[in-house]
Amino acid sequence: MHEFTEAFRLAFALVLAGDADLIEIVGLSLRVSLTAIAVACFIGLPLGAWLAIARFKGRGAVLVVVNALMGLPPVVVGLLVYLSLSRAGPLGSFGLLYTPTAMIIAQTILIAPIIAALSRQVIEDLHAEYDEQFRSMGLSRREAIAALLWDGRTALITVALAGFGRAIAEVGAVIIVGGNIDHLTRVMTTAIALETSKGDLPLALALGLILLVIALTVNALAMSLRRKSHSFAHG
Amino acid sequence: MADPIRTAALTLNAGGEDRIRALDLTLSATGTTVIMGPNGAGKSLLLRLLHRLIAPTSGTIHSTGRQAMVFQRPVMLRRSVEANLLFALRRGPYAQDAANKCREVLTGIGLNTRAKQPARSLSGGEQQRLALARALSLGPEILFLDEPTASLDPTATLAIEKTVQRAADANTKIILVTHDQGQARRLADEIIFLHNGQLCEHTLAAEFFDAPTSPQARAYLAGQLVL
Ligand SMILES: Nc1ncnc2c1ncn2[C@@H]1O[C@H](COP(=O)(O)OP(=O)(O)OP(=O)(O)O)[C@@H](O)[C@H]1O
Ligand SMILES: [Mg+2]
Repeated sequence: MHEFTEAFRLAFALVLAGDADLIEIVGLSLRVSLTAIAVACFIGLPLGAWLAIARFKGRGAVLVVVNALMGLPPVVVGLLVYLSLSRAGPLGSFGLLYTPTAMIIAQTILIAPIIAALSRQVIEDLHAEYDEQFRSMGLSRREAIAALLWDGRTALITVALAGFGRAIAEVGAVIIVGGNIDHLTRVMTTAIALETSKGDLPLALALGLILLVIALTVNALAMSLRRKSHSFAHG
Repeated sequence: MADPIRTAALTLNAGGEDRIRALDLTLSATGTTVIMGPNGAGKSLLLRLLHRLIAPTSGTIHSTGRQAMVFQRPVMLRRSVEANLLFALRRGPYAQDAANKCREVLTGIGLNTRAKQPARSLSGGEQQRLALARALSLGPEILFLDEPTASLDPTATLAIEKTVQRAADANTKIILVTHDQGQARRLADEIIFLHNGQLCEHTLAAEFFDAPTSPQARAYLAGQLVL
């Protein structure tokens, strides 16, 4: 018990002192996951909007697949990206394995389906309401998608926050393709896993605390946005 | 000025039934045509067909020129009052001067102090006024209106009618659906009476109200249930 409280005391001390290792690890975590969410939104939002509007044969099957991809296990994504990036793999020549770029790729693959599937739902509901008005005004499909994305912005930011939350908390994919190399690919989750197994509880706990604070902040943001969008939608 | 609107054997089947039955219509290129008929007669469907939001099952429609429509339930974007109007202004003939025109229009419909407010927080009547202003800012040659005053108080109704009349005077073709006989008398040049998707009557407004020829229209005007 004493050991436990002592670990907490040291963890707080690390956070308050702004420990250099700690900051480096948190910084890389944010860089990797924020980049991943940006790329995933760049791909996932237009894809989701297009899936919401387009009517084609096999659309139902595509939706089932995209929805299923939301539940991709991180370790499986890590393994697949590892195989593609490893020396013998199809993308091996780029030498990306065990770099932050590899981690960004893995997390993007993990969360792009989440962004696409959730935004599809948001946009589809809006589209049902706006469709005739937009066609009456002669909007092209591209213009309609842009307007729908803009009008769904608050709900879509919530979607992006959900994706970011999953990325920043994920450990299975980044540990496989990043390798948890000190000063290079060590992020919060992989560091926690390693330091805990090494017995360095203060650092693990300090990182855990920061991770919790980030998760709480993301959720608080999502909630206040939802309230705001509600007031805009209904007055 | 737009050409007259013509339909030939216009038929629409929805849900396994013919909702519009072989309509042959010729609507003059200017003036106000009012479409009347009981609930479910097919008035809204006919407007959608003429505006080409839905395709007919068979038959043809001939209409040219810029069109705009105010729906039975106004569709407000999740944006401010001003942004809703600008969205349309930027697509119409006033695109060059959209910001100034926007202020002018908002003042005209008495919503200038509400410009920054979410459009969906406006009252039903205010939303209808905004929806009409938005449609007009597209500079339509043909304007479709589906019961634009259905839930409005008398003052708001007259305000809308004044705007519609002004557009008609400026040579915009008006095609208006209403259940309000007073409104039809005030605005209509000609009346189309629909029942069960069929054209019962298509006459000058004065003739329609003085001496309706079809039994369905007579019963409707007398306030009897038409079955
Ligand atoms: N997509 C659809 N599928 C099946 N039936 C439909 C569809 N759309 C409309 N209908 C039916 O067609 C008929 C005509 O509908 P419409 O909306 O044109 O009526 P209306 O004359 O505008 O009535 P109201 O005065 O109540 O607005 C109604 O009986 C309606 O239920
Ligand atoms: Mg109707």
